[in-house]
Order: sequence, then C-alpha cells, then structure tokens
Amino acid sequence: MPAKTATPAKSTPSATHDATSHNAVQTLWKAYTETTSSRLKTIDAFLFFLMLSGIAQFVYCVLVTNFPFNAFLAGFASCVGQFVLAASLRTQVNPANRSQFKEVSPERAFADFALGSIVLHFFVFNFLG
Amino acid sequence: MATKAAYDLPHNLSQSTVSNTSSLLRIIALALISGAAIASRLFAVINFESIIHEFDPWFNYRATRVLAEKGFYAFWNWFDPTAWYPLGRVVGGTIYPGLMATSGVIYNILHALNLPVDIRNICVLLAPGFSALTAWSTYMFTKEMKDESAGLLAAAFIGIVPGYISRSVAGSYDNEAIAIFLLMFTFFAWIKALKTGSAFFGTIAALFYFYMVAAWGGYAFITNMIPLHALALILMGRYSPRLYVAYSSWYAVGTLASMQVPFVGFQPVRTSEHMAALGVFGLLQIIAFAELVRSHVSSKQFQTLLFASVIGTGILGTVGIIVLTYKGWIAPWTGRFYSLWDTGYAKKYIPIIASVSEHQPTAWPSFFMDLQFLIFLFPAGVVMCFKQLRDEHVFVIIYALVASYFAGVMVRLMLTLTPVVCVAAAIAFSSLLDTYINPDEPDVPEETQKDADSATLADGSSSTATPSVSKKAKKAKDSAAAPTNALTDIVSSVTASTPNQKGERPHGVFGLDSRLVVLLNAIGMLVFFVLHCTWVTANAYSSPSVVLASQNPDGSQHIIDDFREAYYWLRQNTAEDAVVMSWWDYGYQIAGMADRPTLVDNNTWNNTHIATVGKAMSSSEEVAYPILRKHDVEYVLIIFGGLIGYSGDDINKFLWMVRIAQGVWPDEIQEPNYFTRTGEYRVDDAAPPTMKNSLMYKMSYYRFAELFGGNQAVDRVRGQAVPKSGPTLDYLDEAFTSENWIVRIYQVKKEDLLGRDLKSANAFEQGKKRKRTKPSARRRAIV
Repeated sequence: MPAKTATPAKSTPSATHDATSHNAVQTLWKAYTETTSSRLKTIDAFLFFLMLSGIAQFVYCVLVTNFPFNAFLAGFASCVGQFVLAASLRTQVNPANRSQFKEVSPERAFADFALGSIVLHFFVFNFLG
Repeated sequence: MATKAAYDLPHNLSQSTVSNTSSLLRIIALALISGAAIASRLFAVINFESIIHEFDPWFNYRATRVLAEKGFYAFWNWFDPTAWYPLGRVVGGTIYPGLMATSGVIYNILHALNLPVDIRNICVLLAPGFSALTAWSTYMFTKEMKDESAGLLAAAFIGIVPGYISRSVAGSYDNEAIAIFLLMFTFFAWIKALKTGSAFFGTIAALFYFYMVAAWGGYAFITNMIPLHALALILMGRYSPRLYVAYSSWYAVGTLASMQVPFVGFQPVRTSEHMAALGVFGLLQIIAFAELVRSHVSSKQFQTLLFASVIGTGILGTVGIIVLTYKGWIAPWTGRFYSLWDTGYAKKYIPIIASVSEHQPTAWPSFFMDLQFLIFLFPAGVVMCFKQLRDEHVFVIIYALVASYFAGVMVRLMLTLTPVVCVAAAIAFSSLLDTYINPDEPDVPEETQKDADSATLADGSSSTATPSVSKKAKKAKDSAAAPTNALTDIVSSVTASTPNQKGERPHGVFGLDSRLVVLLNAIGMLVFFVLHCTWVTANAYSSPSVVLASQNPDGSQHIIDDFREAYYWLRQNTAEDAVVMSWWDYGYQIAGMADRPTLVDNNTWNNTHIATVGKAMSSSEEVAYPILRKHDVEYVLIIFGGLIGYSGDDINKFLWMVRIAQGVWPDEIQEPNYFTRTGEYRVDDAAPPTMKNSLMYKMSYYRFAELFGGNQAVDRVRGQAVPKSGPTLDYLDEAFTSENWIVRIYQVKKEDLLGRDLKSANAFEQGKKRKRTKPSARRRAIV
C-alpha cells in the first residue's frame, strides 16, 4: 500500500490519508513490539512515564501557577534530564547502534547513566529551594 | 629493507619500548611547557613585586579576602554598603563567584596542610598556575584533532603566546585567568563526548560548563558554540546517535547547573542568548525520535510524513520562540549583543560600553603582536581541518570563523581567538614536521634516479637564496595536510625547474638537504616566536598599571608609585566613612587599597549614577557643588598625567564623561561645548569656556602653572601650553597631590557658616570687595 498511495496522498480526500497513516502507525507499533527486546521496552516504559510527568508539570505551570519558578524548573528539568539520559542509555545499549558506540559497552553505558543522573539530581535538589 | 630512508633509524627496538619512551617524553615535555608557561608570567613579579594589577582584579581580590576571612556563607550573602554610595551593592548576587571560590579552596587546602600562604600571593599566582592547566587542556583538545605531537605544539604555543599572556600574567587576578582553561577543557570534553558517544564525557562537559558559568560572563560563547557545532553537523547530514547522547547529556545537566549561579538565575530559559541551545536540543529530540521510528518502519510514505512533521515542528518551535520574545516572556537580545554585530552601536546607545578601551575594535598590528607567526599558520591549519573534516574538525572550523570575527570586533575577544589559533597552527606546523622528519624515501625506478637526484640538487641550490626558501616553506605548510598532497606540490614545484623527461614521477621528499632546509627554517620560526613572546611579555604585558616604571637617565628602573601613595594617604588621613568621588575606573582601586566608600566603580551597572559623576566632573563648580553635597562626597580624586606624561589620565577620558552625562542630561551637558570652534580638543588658552570652567579642568590644572616658576607651563601628555594664570577653586580645597602629580585629591568644602555661597565667602577672605553689580544670590548653591 505505501508506494502507490504515496504520491496521490495529497489530492485524495483526507479520509484515505488518515487511513494510511493509521495503517502506518499500526505497522510501526507491530514492528516495534516484535523487534524490540524486553530490556529496551523497560527503558521505553520509563521514558513514557517521564514524558507524562514532564507534561503534567508543564500543564500545571501554564494553567495554575509558575510561582516558585525555580521549583518548577527543577522538577521539569529533572524529568527532561532524566529522559534524555535514559534515552541516551537506550541508544547506547541498542544493538542496532553497536557500530556507533565502539568504546561504550552496555555496562559502561549504565555507569554513565548512573553518574549523569546523580549529578543531575544533585543540581535538582539544590535548585528546588 | 623495502623502502629507502633518508637517514637511519635504530631497528632493534621493541614496540613497547618506543611507546613507553615516547609517553615519558610527552610527560616531560608537558611538564617543561607548564614550567615555561608559569615562568614567563612571572616577569611582573620580578620587575615589580607581588601585587594585584589593574582595576577589576582589585575587586576580585577584595572579595576573595572576604571569602578567606569570613567564610563562604558570609561571602555569598555579602552586601557591600561602600560601593555605589548610597545604593550599595549585593555582591554575592552580582558576581561570578568561580574565581574567588577557586582561590578560597586553594587557600583552605594550603592552610589545612599547615602552609600559611598569604591570600594575596594565591591571588597573584593563580593565573600563572591555571595557564599550565590551559596548556594541558589544549594538548588534550588538539590530540583529539590530530595526534600527540600536534597536541604538544599547541600546548607550547598557548603556554607562551602573548594573546593569552596579556590576561594571565601574575597579578592579573581576573575571571579570564581561569576561564580559558575551563573553556578549553569544556570543549575537549565536548569533543570527546561527541567522538565516543559517551554520556560520561557529556556530564563532564556539563560540570566544567557549570564551572565556566560560575567563573566568567563569556560562558555564553560556549552556550552558543556547542549548539552551532551540533546544528552544523545536523545540516551536513552527520546526525548520529553519538551526537544525540553528547549534546543531550551536556545540555540537560549543564543548563540546570548554570542556573545555580545567582547572577545567571533564570536567564538560560528567559533570554535570547540561550535560546539557540534550547532550540538545537529540541531539534535533536525530534530527529532522534524520527530516526528511531524510521528504524522500525521502512515505508516510503511514512518517511515523507515523518520528514514533513520534523520540518513542521522545527518551524513551529522557531515561531514559538519568536512569539514568546514578542510577548516579553523571553528577553530580547541585549545591547552588548548588538554591539558585537554593529561596531557603531555601542557608541551611539551605550557610551559606557564604548568607553572601555578593551571594547574597541582590534587594530591590525595587534594580531601580529599577540600571535606572531601563528596568525599566518592559522589559515593553513583551518584548511587542513577541511581536508579531513571529521566531526571534530567541523568544530575547529566553526570556532575559527566565529572567534576571528569577534576578535576583529573587540580587543578583549582576542582572548577567545587565541586558543583556536594555537590549535590550528599546531596542526599545520606538526603536519609540516611530520612530512619532513619522516625518513621514508619514495621508491624511484633506476632510470629516473639520476633525474631525481639532480632535481634535489637543484632544489638545494636554489633554496640558498632566501626568498625562495620562505616561499617554499610556506607553500609546504599550506598544503602539508595530507602528506601526499604536500609532496605533490613540492615535487611538482621542484620538477618544474628542471627539464621534465618522464610524465609520472614518484612522490616524496628526497635527500637530507631538502629536509634540512625546511626544518631549519621551521625551527628558526619557532625560535623567533619564543623571542617575540618573551619580549612582548616582558615589555608590554607585565606592567601592573598600579605601579608605573620609567627609566632613569642612567638606564636603571625608576618606580612611580603615585597611586598607592595617594590611596594610602586616603586610608590614613580621612574618616573611615568619607565618601570619595572619582571616575568609575578607579572605584575598585579606591575600595581595595584605600578602603573608602565610592560613588561609582568598575562594575558599571547603573548608568545614571555614572552619568551623575560625569555631570559633576564636566559642569562648573556652582553646578557641581550641590551634586557633590547631595551625595555626601567629601573627597574628589582625579588622575592627572600632565606633569610626567601619563597619557591614561582623566583629561583624556574627559570626553567620555561628557558623553555619558549627555546621555542622561542632554539639555545641560553638550559635547560640542567642550571643543574649540574649529573642533579641536584643547586645554591651553584656546580652550572653550565650558571646558575651562569644568570641575575636571579646574582640578587638573589647579596651581599647575606655579610648578614652572614663571616659565611657560606645558602639559606633557597633550603637548600644549597651559595658561599662566591657572584656574581657581572656590568650592573645593586641594587636599593631597602625589609626588608626580598623577593623583590629586580635593576636599569638598562644607557650607559657609554664615550662609554665604562659597564663592563670595572666598572672595571676602581674600579681601576683595563684593561687586555690587552682580547679585550673588543668583549663584547660591541649592543644597
């Protein structure tokens, strides 16, 4: 389906467009569940949780108050920081990226992750106020 | 032996012996470089004494003393009521505390080891000590670019290059003293993180970035350099997971860390200067997500969808940032930023920034003065980076471009250019050495052997003429990036001079003589570089400017110590809370050496307050007096160089005072009034009345003519004859004038006890009759 509908996608009604993209999402999800190891899935779950937590804080800041701005920043930065550190860990331990990270073994990657998190949360704690 | 060698190498050495010896030699070389870097910065101590230099260091020194004596918390919460009288200054929240904290830590460590070192000596020697660390970090950085030998050359260059020494001699206790080390180390950690894709080095980069933020306002350079590099890599299609790991870990930890410094506060999320870093961070997240999705789905349509959404989100983000800027959520670019792009901006809108001499555009000779032969090796090194163009070379190229521009705009930014010049020049120079020291000779088929020999001979003989030597050496340097290319050039240039019989010739350097010619030339350049650096350091950059040196007729050194003489006079002879007014340049020195409250100082945060001082200095006595009284000024201190020819005096800075005052009171102070009708700036008889009546003029030349005993009094700075009947002062009394008249201190008179204005009171005391025609009440000072 993809190659044929790719070109006329613009002219066809949006319903088909939605359908194809819906299909694409489905295939993506299928491919993801099939090819990803359970370890990476654990990390992904953590990433998803961090994302929700960050979004919740941001929404609170926008809708309710940003009053202790430093506290918001600390909380939000802890989510974002932890997210990117975990995402880094995920890329580093992903077997598909093995060729990119010749000097970073999975164990080393986890040590890096732990160190980065400690430093990050030290600053978060200091900034909470 | 498969290949011929120009000279014999020992063959019976094992691989490990060679590597061990070379690493030992590297350590020794680095130690010697550190020693040379420290030693060449000690001229100031040897020629003068262990003293804090210039202006800003005096404040840093004073703050460090508070830190050492009263502890960190007292320093952190320090409110200084004597600065910016009567406003005061929250010092803890308005400084970059990194420098003081560093000295404080060193001080406490030494004292814990029972080494009772004076805090002043730590402050004086901090900059030389950190220059050794800078040399080391430059070595590490350059090692990532090329190899160890280039690293050693770069370390040697940065150790003694005047462009860096100018801000790090012993006693120059300023933020830059440690900042350049932090800059180079942060860049090294960033490059390392990018190369290995390690979050560990990303975190290290973030920690040193934090240290840098705590130490110097120039941290914004890193804040924009690293995103620029990342963006360039993305645009070049060089996105890799390593880039994601390095950048994300640096940005996430580093930004949060930078907000811990009170002076920086929320700026990283609120000002435009920091938005580039945030934008690239967001972009990287999107790209990483897209890459992840792409690895799972290979559908073409999905990819186009993805591509469109990435672009869309990017545009949306940019628009969002612009909208936030207009809404006032993100502060727009500051004036200091604009002054970097429009060199005339500061002069028009922020005269205070323009008035600082180190904010002037750089003069061409100072590039050569500060960098000597590195400045023409620099482009060669950048070209070599283009030839290899790995990710880290892109960084050097961007750094070189950006820093070259900034160094041209502002003299002080020469400092940020210097490291990259050293790195690039070291890459170029070490490629040259690699090519010509390498003993491998190319294989030459028998029939062309003779020809080649004659070619080398021709080369050797032709290069005895000096111009061709330098030309050839330069050419070799320019193109030595890939040895083969360099050799192509050499050989083609050689063969061009001899009849070419064969079309195809082997590439390489033939014989010892051609090697020696180039190498001796290169070594000669190095020797001249060392001589130049030593000379510049000793003669131009080692003056404390608190103590001046001149030469006696017999050639011996004569120390002019007027500044300290005057400051100690203030300290000994005035009340502890006596407010001293001076131009802002001397605020820190007065606070540091005389320990007296000042109206304005070198931390130029309040333009109006400075303009008030400018107005008092540039208006007549009658106008200035109420200003002085309102600010409780008891003494006015000015710098006057007319007697001994000290050109950095207040009369030469006077026009800036006028301009700054004019910026706030355009109706009362007008710059053209201080020029003669022909537009000249004069202090002699032809000076305009506004000039002659200004407080600054009067204080400078008060009783100056008497010094010449009836002869024509001459101002030696401006080379003009000063009027014989000098100005008179009614509202001020001369309190102190130093030995060479450099510092003059005036006491502000109190109101007359009988309620007269001081002018008529003065006239009465001198026995003059009051002229009835002029009602004195008009001139009465309003207090």
